[in-house]
Amino acid sequence: MAAVAAEERDLRPWILLSPALTTITLLLAIPTCFVVVYSFWLRTAAGGEQVGFYLDNWIEVLTDQFYRDILFQTFRIAAITTVLCALMGYLPAYFIAFSKMRNKAFLLLLLMLPFWVSYIIRTMSWINILGVSGAVNYVLTSLGIVSEPIQMLYNETTVVLGLIHFLLPFMVLNIYVSLEGIDPNLVDAARSLGSTPFQAFREVTLPLSLPGLAAGGLLCFVLGGGTYITPLILGGPTDAMFANLIYEAIIIQLNWPLGSALSIVLLVVLGAVVLLYNRFLGLGQIRKGFG
Amino acid sequence: MTKMDQTKRYERLLERYKAGDIDRRTFLSLIGASAVVAGVTGGPVSALRRQALAAKPDSVRFDGWGGVVSEAFRKYAFEPYEEATGIEVIDGTFGGADEYLNRVKTAQPGEFNIAHLSGVFDYVRYHNLGYSTTLNEDNIPNLQNVMTALQEPFRKVTGGRLSAAPYDYGTTGLAYNRDHISDEEMREKGANILIDETYKDKIGGWSDWRTRIWYAALATGQNPNGIEDMEAVWDAVRAHRDLALKYWQSGAELMSLLAEGEIYVTEGWSGRIAALQEQGHNIGYYDPPGGFGWQECLFVIKGSPMEACEELLNFMLEKEVAIAVAEGQKYPPALNPQKVDLPESITKLPAFDPTGTLSGLNFADPEYWNGNEAEWSKKFARVQRGY
Repeated sequence: MAAVAAEERDLRPWILLSPALTTITLLLAIPTCFVVVYSFWLRTAAGGEQVGFYLDNWIEVLTDQFYRDILFQTFRIAAITTVLCALMGYLPAYFIAFSKMRNKAFLLLLLMLPFWVSYIIRTMSWINILGVSGAVNYVLTSLGIVSEPIQMLYNETTVVLGLIHFLLPFMVLNIYVSLEGIDPNLVDAARSLGSTPFQAFREVTLPLSLPGLAAGGLLCFVLGGGTYITPLILGGPTDAMFANLIYEAIIIQLNWPLGSALSIVLLVVLGAVVLLYNRFLGLGQIRKGFG
Repeated sequence: MTKMDQTKRYERLLERYKAGDIDRRTFLSLIGASAVVAGVTGGPVSALRRQALAAKPDSVRFDGWGGVVSEAFRKYAFEPYEEATGIEVIDGTFGGADEYLNRVKTAQPGEFNIAHLSGVFDYVRYHNLGYSTTLNEDNIPNLQNVMTALQEPFRKVTGGRLSAAPYDYGTTGLAYNRDHISDEEMREKGANILIDETYKDKIGGWSDWRTRIWYAALATGQNPNGIEDMEAVWDAVRAHRDLALKYWQSGAELMSLLAEGEIYVTEGWSGRIAALQEQGHNIGYYDPPGGFGWQECLFVIKGSPMEACEELLNFMLEKEVAIAVAEGQKYPPALNPQKVDLPESITKLPAFDPTGTLSGLNFADPEYWNGNEAEWSKKFARVQRGY
């Protein structure tokens, strides 16, 4: 009887997981299989698909320097964004975590506020800030600091800026959760043993918060690497990321098979980053980031 | 459940539908649900679906560009149509013809009915993908008021018949900020102004590969409908890319870039530039020799309830409706000015042709451009990224 009861208990996690597993299977796994199948088809002259098993798209994607260059550019922009998010996000996270304010929840709410506005609207708001007729140029010209408005928009810097605007809250939240979990007695112990505040931070707080920093970094990198809206709105003619090529192949060129091959490449490459993270740090850190 | 069982089930369902026990929407839902359950996609389901779609529908779906055009359609065409027929018009919008085509490709037949498409180019694409229909022109008497010059290109594509009603036309000309570029300079430089280093970082351009190639052809002194030196054209596209601040993606972005002074010159859509001028911006518009003319149409997509769609097209081609829409979007209507009296608000619009022949406009040869679409669109994706 005891053995049977134990067996029944073993099924419970699966029963509880089944809605999520069913959803993931139906909405992610099966569609991904379709995308893989599509990648072996060919685009017809009319913009339809020639069904079959052709390696043309894969040969093109894997051997063409163009795709490698854009992939490298995507990784470079995502990496720069991630590093800047980490540098800019640590301080606010530290402040919120160790603040003596009564309403920490209010600070967290402020952090979540940007999510109440559409990502596209948030990105477009930079046009009103940095544009030739935008707020910054207005102030600079009004104060006589510059005689002509400065051209600040539509380059890689503004793409990175837009991505930071989008991703910074993810970084702050992850670091905050990590810092919040640190036992304050450890810092006190370090101080009582003679370390300066900075030494205590460097030897105790920072190492213990690294998992949160890494989890935030992973989220920022993966989300940044998969974006295409930001370069469209804030980038110049040559500022593109890999997802823009997928958009163009599918929407503009009506080449779903090539777009599918490109999608799989991006999925695999970003998936590899996640696997690497899991190998060295463990995905459990991300769960902490969501509280 | 055997296939025979399913057929009987569908027949019973059809009988109930014909007897009025269930409405059309419920009927379609039930056979759709049955098909999903049984994993059936052909045979009796498609036969019954065809019958259901051929019956008088509850609604017709129209997809267009939104904004003032949509408002004009709603007020002057859809509401009277709904009152007269009892058929609801579901008004959808899209951001571009390419995006919309992808939606149609992934939809079930009959899901999308009428679309406000751009150019003969799109007409050919939809036809080649098997989405064209044959309009019964007897059901669209207002088609007689539409310029023959706008109908002929469509008829050539679909063997003399029409799958769409021409609706309006315009040009993609050169738009420029008069505070920085004079009318004389614009006329002197023409399309070459888009690759003039004087205006580096103050030049814009549509991200559309056709427009980029068209204007590069003009800048290199070639006929856009018969380019001989394609390498020279790509070099001109690259030169423009290196001087341009931004490729714009939509009419709203075009207007914003010009109005805010981010760019001084770009090619632009005649209607959008007219709207900017009306708002008081000091923006000039110039159609250079060989400038880009195009037309828009109301395309009926395969699988649609034809009679209901034809009736709606006739409403939309009514003089009052066509004029109201034209005033809203600032593109001249397809109505022949030799047959229909058009008010000054229309005759003053950019690109308006009082002769009704459109002989002054240079349209893209659909055969030529569609024949090169796959290669050129792909190559442009690389060139615009710095290759």
